[in-house]
Amino acid sequence: MRRVAVIGVGQTKHGKRNDVNYPELVYEAVKKALEHADITIGDVDAIVTGSMPAPMEGTNDPQLWLTDALGGYLKPLMRVATCGSTGISLAHSAYYHVASGLFDVVMAVGMEKMYENDPQGTMTTVAEPFYQRIFTAGAPGIFAQQCNAYIHRYDIPKEKLREAAAEVSVRNHLDALKNPYAHIRVKITVEDVLNSPIVSYPVRLLDLCPISDGACAVIFASEDFVKKAKIDKVAWVKGLSYAGDEHNLGDKDLVNWVSAIKAARETYKMAGIENPIREIDVAEIYNPFTYQEILYYELFGFCKPGEGYKLVLEGVVTKDGEIACDPSGGVLCTNPIGATGLIRVAEAALQIMGEASNQVDGCETALAHAMGGVNQFNGLMILGR
Amino acid sequence: MEDVRVLTGYISLTYQWVLSPTDARFFDELKNKRIMGTKCPKCGRVLVPARKFCPRCFVDTTEWVEVSDEGVIVTSTLIGEKLRFEGQPMEPPYGLAIIKLDGADVGFSHFIGGIDFSDPEKAIEKMKPGTRVKAVWNEKREGKITDIKYFKPLE
Repeated sequence: MRRVAVIGVGQTKHGKRNDVNYPELVYEAVKKALEHADITIGDVDAIVTGSMPAPMEGTNDPQLWLTDALGGYLKPLMRVATCGSTGISLAHSAYYHVASGLFDVVMAVGMEKMYENDPQGTMTTVAEPFYQRIFTAGAPGIFAQQCNAYIHRYDIPKEKLREAAAEVSVRNHLDALKNPYAHIRVKITVEDVLNSPIVSYPVRLLDLCPISDGACAVIFASEDFVKKAKIDKVAWVKGLSYAGDEHNLGDKDLVNWVSAIKAARETYKMAGIENPIREIDVAEIYNPFTYQEILYYELFGFCKPGEGYKLVLEGVVTKDGEIACDPSGGVLCTNPIGATGLIRVAEAALQIMGEASNQVDGCETALAHAMGGVNQFNGLMILGR
Repeated sequence: MEDVRVLTGYISLTYQWVLSPTDARFFDELKNKRIMGTKCPKCGRVLVPARKFCPRCFVDTTEWVEVSDEGVIVTSTLIGEKLRFEGQPMEPPYGLAIIKLDGADVGFSHFIGGIDFSDPEKAIEKMKPGTRVKAVWNEKREGKITDIKYFKPLE
């Protein structure tokens, strides 16, 4: 396998984008990524693209409509779709393309325009229609059950965990203020989170990500291309893994969540990481729900099961702590779903390149992660110098 | 209000999802107030709802097993007033849970009902993980997952 690097990233301003149609939104991200990598569309050998289920935007196989905006004219192009984890799957697919030796430069592009539809209505249709769909109340209905299982699993002081989850929201919102691309840019307090209305217990409005319009493009290249084109700003892919889980929500242990644990262990092994909290400087965790971010610390081996809340309350996961979690403001502040996982990769790459809007000094190793489906998929990627 | 120009459209498609013999038997047994699982010969787990193969061992299930219509809440959520979407089965607030039915080895998703949802904090306490629940069946049953109206907390 060949070494593969991220050589450029591009994001749209995320939010309610009534100023552009769907292809124009995608064009904006692609153009920025090409500019960032300082290459032209002619240098791109192949494109992988993806988004949420097509009913989200009401055009099936949307890559057909979006081919023009992707710069896909006369190029190999494919759609990859794994629900919420689509973005990380796009990064993985682009990596496979280049690592295989078949292509030198491959662009991954994820997108969503969520204000044009009823996103929770669409997301409810990802569950099979016989046994589960009627009990699937959008994404909050699914993931709130995981959060509640977590709250009750270990002997965690409930008030402490509640406080830690609120802190996670406050921290992400503060960090998003530094990110010019972030959707939600307001300062909030712990009290604001605790007093916000229940969406799906235990999840309150400020424990939860927004819906966003937005797109992200990330360009992957072979070592040969990096040398030949004399590209000096790169983030090398050090490790990656992905794991699927059963579809039936009740089949899985949502707290000792094996697909997340396995994907993390395999990613660390490939990247040669033995002590993740020491060796990883930045973790762009897929955190649409505050409690999930805390649970992921445990699943990713940052601490022991049941101790995630301590990392928050002791300041371990901040920019000044041992490991900076979601310094971009995370999914909690920006969530154009098909792009969301790829934004994690883009932000991780920017940290390695030293160009992130909320840069962590001396970042040498960064983790990107995404999760998708009915608590069903987890994928990770480690980037480094 | 923001002046946004939009093109309004609608996609409505009807589907006829085929029931396998396994699905059909599961639904038919619901008419008799029986919840059926199938057992994996390799890991020994009783899977509910019944299915033709074990997703982990990847072998055919070999035995039908009736499980109880009583069990324990593994986890739950209360869908609040804020969470509304097209195709929603009922007016919020309402309860959802994963229930480990007695005799089953995996959780079963369904509604929680028969409690007062007007005060969410109180309702949540009544349906927290660990709570024992029992199925409340519809009088008229037609072989659908909704033949069970909801699961009612026993305490």
